[in-house]
Amino acid sequence: MSDHEHDDDFSALPHHEPRMSDIDPRAAKRAERQVALLFTGAMLCGIAFIVAFAAVPVEKLVWVPLIGDTQLSNLLLGLFMGLGFFLVGGGAIHWAKKLMPEQEVISERHDTGAPAEARQATFKELERGVNESGVRRRPLILATLVGALALMSVAPLVLIADLGPKPGTKLRYTMWRKGMRILVAETGQPIRPQDLLVGSLVSGVPDGIDAVLEAEGNLNELAKAPVILVRMDPTDIKAQQGTDWDFQGILCFSKICTHVGCPISLYEQQTHHLLCPCHQSTFDLADGGQVIFGPAARELPQLAITVDTDGYLVAQGDFAQPVGPSFWERG
Amino acid sequence: MTPLLARRRHPLATAALLLVALMAVGGLYAAVSGGRAQAAPQSASTTQIDLGRKLYSEGCSSCHGLNAEGGQQPDGTISGPSLIGVGAAAVDFQVGTGRMPLQANGPQAAPNLPSYTPDEISALAAYVASLGPGPSIPDTGTYDPKDADVVLGGQLFRSNCGACHNFAGSGGALTFGKRAPAIVNTTPRHIYEAMITGPANMPIFPDGTLRPADKRAIIAYVETLKNAPNPGGLDLGRVGPVTEGLLFWVVGIGALVVAAVWIGAKAR
Repeated sequence: MSDHEHDDDFSALPHHEPRMSDIDPRAAKRAERQVALLFTGAMLCGIAFIVAFAAVPVEKLVWVPLIGDTQLSNLLLGLFMGLGFFLVGGGAIHWAKKLMPEQEVISERHDTGAPAEARQATFKELERGVNESGVRRRPLILATLVGALALMSVAPLVLIADLGPKPGTKLRYTMWRKGMRILVAETGQPIRPQDLLVGSLVSGVPDGIDAVLEAEGNLNELAKAPVILVRMDPTDIKAQQGTDWDFQGILCFSKICTHVGCPISLYEQQTHHLLCPCHQSTFDLADGGQVIFGPAARELPQLAITVDTDGYLVAQGDFAQPVGPSFWERG
Repeated sequence: MTPLLARRRHPLATAALLLVALMAVGGLYAAVSGGRAQAAPQSASTTQIDLGRKLYSEGCSSCHGLNAEGGQQPDGTISGPSLIGVGAAAVDFQVGTGRMPLQANGPQAAPNLPSYTPDEISALAAYVASLGPGPSIPDTGTYDPKDADVVLGGQLFRSNCGACHNFAGSGGALTFGKRAPAIVNTTPRHIYEAMITGPANMPIFPDGTLRPADKRAIIAYVETLKNAPNPGGLDLGRVGPVTEGLLFWVVGIGALVVAAVWIGAKAR
């Protein structure tokens, strides 16, 4: 600090201009009152926050321009909390700018690294400790200690086995079986081919899914089995994933995107493109469900369909490939 | 002298006469106006079809062909699809929402104020309906969402409509500039017609898989979306993270920059 160079640094700083509050006691008093006023405002906001919480019923709605009908309680709590925090911060900054010292000060960093004497003393202490522990004369102790530490750090890895059980074949198959009817999702009606016009779209689930969900106590099958049915002019179909997997232009595809498994039903009936709303993967249903855009890596699995003796649309069997996103064992 | 004439000076005679006259006028009015309301959209008269053909020739035929067989431009691109068999419902939707006549070439027709009066739209619909069988304009009872199952409507909306039209009916983007429009300001009749006709790239939801009662339930749910309050404050169009992020970046970070400038400014 006493170095002459540092004095030069000081002279390089701009000339210090005193503030009004530094030279005029009345200005300083005024600044003090302004800060106190801001803090008092924050106090009032805190009280208003508590009053709003206690006095305004949650279900009370109020019309506000730009927003429309909104919850009064939420609005007041947010306004008072936001304003209160702003006034605390504003007061603190006003205080720092008007009243706290603002002389420019240079604080020198000290050298990094310990002095040579201290380093030497530390190494000497270490050396003495090693000698006193006697590991050089008794190597058995060191060897067993290393072994103990190594084994104890590896032993907890067996807990990974508790992350299981492994999914097995659950990711590879769905509940679709040969002859299982396709029902309209939510309403549960069976579907006849003549119900579907060219250009129509239906979200479907397998017959009996409700019983399966109830028996399993989870929604796993509903995460895998949903399908969409679309009908297009048979001459529009360029390719399918199997021969005669359609029924007179009615195509059935998995509703689960092969990227990360979002349900997809953004269907453009003129282009036959199916879009995923999550990451814009786009599949061409007229061309075997091929990916034509987006992050999906695999085509959308097609479900082979036909009609049963009563004339309702049914599956020819399960999907020929796993539905949904890729997984580790699939390769 | 008949007994009726003999009692013409009875104190209640004036009241009885008034009652008969009122019932006659009221009944006549109900018969005439009721008959008109039912007849207008459905059973088209020949004069209505003739008016429709005239309007069609003037306003539609340049793109859709002189006989609605569809039109092609010299380079082979389709200027307008064939309207044979699209039905009255498609006309009522496309013209009634101002999508047709097409205002400008683009990825898809944009909704606008209708260019025709309701009577002219009925005439156009009657003419197109006369060209071939297609879905007819639904009557009020078919699409009126009153007393419909709103809960089922919500489930069906999320399963069938929400993917494109957004969870709050605010619409969303499709491919190559096409988009699913916001539907919260669409009338129940036009929503119903859209479901049965599949305008532009929207799929058709036929009555066989989505029954009229199911469609009515969906409309009832959309009606609740129209009137839903915003408990959380400004809804920013209810389109999700896009506007929220934009507001945060522009207004939020802008406010922080202003605050930082204030903090850094030298006090006097």
